[in-house]
Amino acid sequence: MEKHILPDIPDLHTIDVYERHGGYAALRTALQMKPDEVIDVVKRSGLRGRGGACFPTGLKWSFMPKGNDRPKYLAVNGDESEPGTFKDRQIFEFNPHLMIEGILIGCYAMGITAAYIYIRGEYRHWIRMVDAALDQAASKGYIGDNILGSGFSTRIYTHSGAGAYICGEESALMNSIEGERGYPRVKPPFPAQKGLWGQPTTINNVETMSNIPLIISKGAEWYAAIGAPKHPGPILVGISGHVNRPGVFEVPTGVPLLTLINEYAGGVPNGKRIKAVIPGGSSTMVLRGENLEGVCMDADSLKAAGSSVGTAGLIVMDEDTDIVRVLARIAHFYHHESCGQCTPCREGTGWLEKMLHRFEHGDARPEDVEMLVEVANQIEGNTICALGDAAAWPVQSFVKRFRDEFEKRVAAPAPHHAGV
Amino acid sequence: MLTQENLKKAEALFARYPEKKAALLPVLWLAQEQEGWISQEMMRYVADLVGVDHAHVLGVVTFYTMFNDTKLGRHHIEVCTNVSCMLRGSDRILETVERVCGAKAGQTSADGRFTVSEVECMGACGGAPMLAVGERYHEHLTAEKTEQLLSSLR
Repeated sequence: MEKHILPDIPDLHTIDVYERHGGYAALRTALQMKPDEVIDVVKRSGLRGRGGACFPTGLKWSFMPKGNDRPKYLAVNGDESEPGTFKDRQIFEFNPHLMIEGILIGCYAMGITAAYIYIRGEYRHWIRMVDAALDQAASKGYIGDNILGSGFSTRIYTHSGAGAYICGEESALMNSIEGERGYPRVKPPFPAQKGLWGQPTTINNVETMSNIPLIISKGAEWYAAIGAPKHPGPILVGISGHVNRPGVFEVPTGVPLLTLINEYAGGVPNGKRIKAVIPGGSSTMVLRGENLEGVCMDADSLKAAGSSVGTAGLIVMDEDTDIVRVLARIAHFYHHESCGQCTPCREGTGWLEKMLHRFEHGDARPEDVEMLVEVANQIEGNTICALGDAAAWPVQSFVKRFRDEFEKRVAAPAPHHAGV
Repeated sequence: MLTQENLKKAEALFARYPEKKAALLPVLWLAQEQEGWISQEMMRYVADLVGVDHAHVLGVVTFYTMFNDTKLGRHHIEVCTNVSCMLRGSDRILETVERVCGAKAGQTSADGRFTVSEVECMGACGGAPMLAVGERYHEHLTAEKTEQLLSSLR
């Protein structure tokens, strides 16, 4: 397939090259349209968010109140901290102007006058690259006052995180922009009513915004015809773990996972069997290797298979992988990253990690298998934000789909002590 | 205290947001880049500059793992051991780092040359196993490459 988000064009990150390849033409087109027409085109394209929840982007934009009687904001989520996810970094490095152009179009459509691109703190180097691209765009009159003589004005800034996974959650992200600890907020009110500084705010992922110029340039119908009908468009799939050629691959949605693993990522080293795959970042439900036939990288197919697209960060595990250890590592991550506001998550993630260490070291008790699932079930749905769910899903799915591996790690019964 | 140059940068940051407090994280980054860490004195100074309580700054600094409230060694070696790196041998990378640096994860070497940290996913899973030295990523590591890299850091 022709690549649109990450085409093979040298120096595309520089504005001159970007413009030579048609860059910022979509912005000119959008500025000739009415804002509501832009939202309508995005709706008709079928674009769904690329940050994990697959929410329809045009619909999200339509939730923003009309009129300019109060400030409205856009936060662009480039926190990219879900283990197995490394796609947005490619956009920052190789095609930042595509994202910037998408942000400008979004700002115009929603009447937004300030956008903040929230980028994880570890990406210092890439934040500088985005800042350089923003400076170039401003110097050409694409950002600032009266953009291209349209009368529309907006500002775009980067905002650096500082090492907190939770800030990828949209309301924690807003708190982090406001200079607070990254604590998620209770919803409702939803961001479109009360977001940054209490004003209407939309939060979209970096990759989502990078699809916008394509939709405006080539049309909603063109876009809607790419890939899976109910979840269309190009998608960046990051493939890591036991594959010969790990990396980020741009494909249409709906490509079979086995094609992604065996053709794009060059298959599993030494011809080994696939034991397990996490399809969309560490929080998505694990799939058994022998159940991958016919499963594709799109929302419906993965849902039917008992998982989800998430951030399309596919982690491949070969036949020799210690499943228990993988889950213990994931549990450690969610325990470390729980913000601590909600008791079920703060305490539950800790218990999950402790129990999984018992399995890892072979001293789990027989009842621990069920208790793992029980603790996960008590976290799921009982917290302010989805981090609790993200911690629960791997545990539920690993135990369900690899139960034997956990049962094998139960300690041999201790010798019976009389009187105990 | 921020240098005059950084103070100017801080002023420019304030202009980006409708409320000064929003510049807290970017100003803390300026402070950390200037000093290498954020002392209690610096936290008080930043609190005054941004117009928030010292306690608020302390709360923010301790919430975010990248803000250092203690001094680090000359080179901060951060080794990712999350799933994608683990599957590709981050155990061996961490062992190598700890041995060559003479410091366990969470420690600074006696000569002050290295601070070693075991960190969560840094978004470089395609280049696993990886580590970062300061802000620079080093991907597709082997124990040998890791040893070479560390010995090149004075």
